[in-house]
Amino acid sequence: MSDLRLDFRLLAGRDLATGPEGLHEHVRRLGPLPYADRSLIDLVAGSGLTGRGGADFPVGLKWRSIAVAPKGSAVILVNGAEGEPRSKKDRLLMTTRPHLVLDGAFLTAQALHAKSIVLYIGEDHHASRQSMKRALAERTDEERRLVRTFDAPARYVAGTSSAAVHLVNAGVATPTSNPPTPHERGVDGAPTLVQNVETLAHVALLARSGRATGTRLITVVGGVSRPGVLEVDGGTTIGQAVAMAGGQTEPSRAVLIGGYFGSWVEAGKAMALSIDPQALRAHGLSLGCGVIGLLPASRCAVCEVAGIMRYLAGESSAQCGPCFFGLRALADACGRIADLGTNSTDLFQMQRWAAEVRGRGGCHHPDGAVMFLQSALQTFGDEWIQHPPHLRRSA
Amino acid sequence: MKRQLAIDRIKCDGHGLCAELLPELIRLDDWGYPILAPGPIPEHLLPLAKRATEECPVLALALRRTRAA
Amino acid sequence: MDILLWYTTRGAGAVTLVLLSGSVVLGILSVLRVQSAAWPRFLTTGLHRNLALMTLVFLALHVVTAVVDPFTHLGWLTAVVPFSSYYRTLWLGLGTIAFELLLAIVATSLVRGFIGQAAWRWVHWLTYAAWPLGVVHGLGTGTDTWSPWFFALTVICVGAVATALVYRLVAGSPDPLTGPRAEFEAAVQRRESP
Repeated sequence: MSDLRLDFRLLAGRDLATGPEGLHEHVRRLGPLPYADRSLIDLVAGSGLTGRGGADFPVGLKWRSIAVAPKGSAVILVNGAEGEPRSKKDRLLMTTRPHLVLDGAFLTAQALHAKSIVLYIGEDHHASRQSMKRALAERTDEERRLVRTFDAPARYVAGTSSAAVHLVNAGVATPTSNPPTPHERGVDGAPTLVQNVETLAHVALLARSGRATGTRLITVVGGVSRPGVLEVDGGTTIGQAVAMAGGQTEPSRAVLIGGYFGSWVEAGKAMALSIDPQALRAHGLSLGCGVIGLLPASRCAVCEVAGIMRYLAGESSAQCGPCFFGLRALADACGRIADLGTNSTDLFQMQRWAAEVRGRGGCHHPDGAVMFLQSALQTFGDEWIQHPPHLRRSA
Repeated sequence: MKRQLAIDRIKCDGHGLCAELLPELIRLDDWGYPILAPGPIPEHLLPLAKRATEECPVLALALRRTRAA
Repeated sequence: MDILLWYTTRGAGAVTLVLLSGSVVLGILSVLRVQSAAWPRFLTTGLHRNLALMTLVFLALHVVTAVVDPFTHLGWLTAVVPFSSYYRTLWLGLGTIAFELLLAIVATSLVRGFIGQAAWRWVHWLTYAAWPLGVVHGLGTGTDTWSPWFFALTVICVGAVATALVYRLVAGSPDPLTGPRAEFEAAVQRRESP
């Protein structure tokens, strides 16, 4: 029993560098796939498991809202798009523990009486797709019959729930307006549960052990010795996670918590923060999909932010004016300050545009970009006001 | 019955008729897209608001019931 | 009395042509988002709508007086069934079609909120069929065809609409997101999974 407890972590088992864990080994290590019925919904709700796709929404609540749909109508969409550029956790799970993800998907489908499963895997994540494909081949005919696989286009917003559903329904991965939301009317008009691959992996363990692992996957990037994916227990601080990643290569100026959809925090303050979405929310921060980036003090913060804003502006789906033009204007202003030095017009305009753009897009892409920028303006205040011209960016 | 303005941002193409018809509650940003004043629509502006929703060339503007606070 | 009916039919027909052409031009200007400080968008759309409604009024007058006129021997059926008249069958029939198209276009516009934007738009495109049919009907049925005043009127109306159309084709889409939206859509198309 004690060995079993150690195994109830997502990344337990064979060395991650040795490739995917096959079905045989997976079952030997964790036991066979449990039978799932409606009681799994209560188990999930009681465990307090929250989504790992970025929104941290209570999984049980999501399941309950789908469970009211007529039997045999729901669709499960397994979101393995991982569009956040610096995040690697979903890919890691798919390439090394595909059966955890598939178990989670099949258990969910069974508990919710779903009629089909959609596997949505990033088109550039070749190793993940291969691994999931091979893993599917090891499953039963009955399980395989439920599954359809789709490539998620390699664009930032293509990983959004509504974009995923739109791709399946209409062949284009652009976010759509709601109402209706995917869980009201999604794939083929059916109530659709969109769940991140890591969330489903947690379900696979939860169904066997009866309780949540209490762990989560994060990706530590930037100025650390061993950047990459870590599985951390609840309550781990950012400082502790940095130590697990081999420590800082040089002192950090600030930490980006939550990737490009997150916020900047002064390094000193950041290290003490707990990697827990609820705790972070109390500070007005969001863990998002778990990317934690350390900005070395030797790097120019303004230039770094300008580069990311340029990327985010380019990732607008161009469906809404405020997002497309607003983010572009913000990125242009950041770029001007980065390349040509501070000027008060751009600083002033940025504040105004940021306030105006927020909440006026059809999806949350502009909101994320604006919050990212606003946190940068706050955290790096002095750098923005005093930035000298860098005719070639250090980024 | 309290009503609120709502815009489908994806349908909106920045025609700007709404801002012409209801300048008390709608103004345009630097690129011609509407910014709505928050909160319920004052009674005396309801007829104009209704007209604005009917005149939108792409039916992006709508009146919604305000949820009770 | 008969002469009065006859003149009314021809007169109302001419007015219909002018009003319809004006409405079409304003519709095109509306799509092109033409405006200035003194001429807001809602003026274009409002005039477009009012001219269209007036068109229907004069069109109704034109149809009724034509049918009621004993000289033309037209029954009420010819107003709704195309090519069912003995008198100038082809040209009158085209007019009947134009009439029905315009009825559909105006009717759908009045209930656009109920039928939705997509359906409304589909029917509205039929204006590009209704207007030329109306012009051809006017040239083919009227005994005025080659009378100077009607001919001049027709030339002016056709010229105005043609100019607006050329403008429309040359100007391209006034929506600045048209290009970027298409570009993004192309980048996120579903592709066959290997």
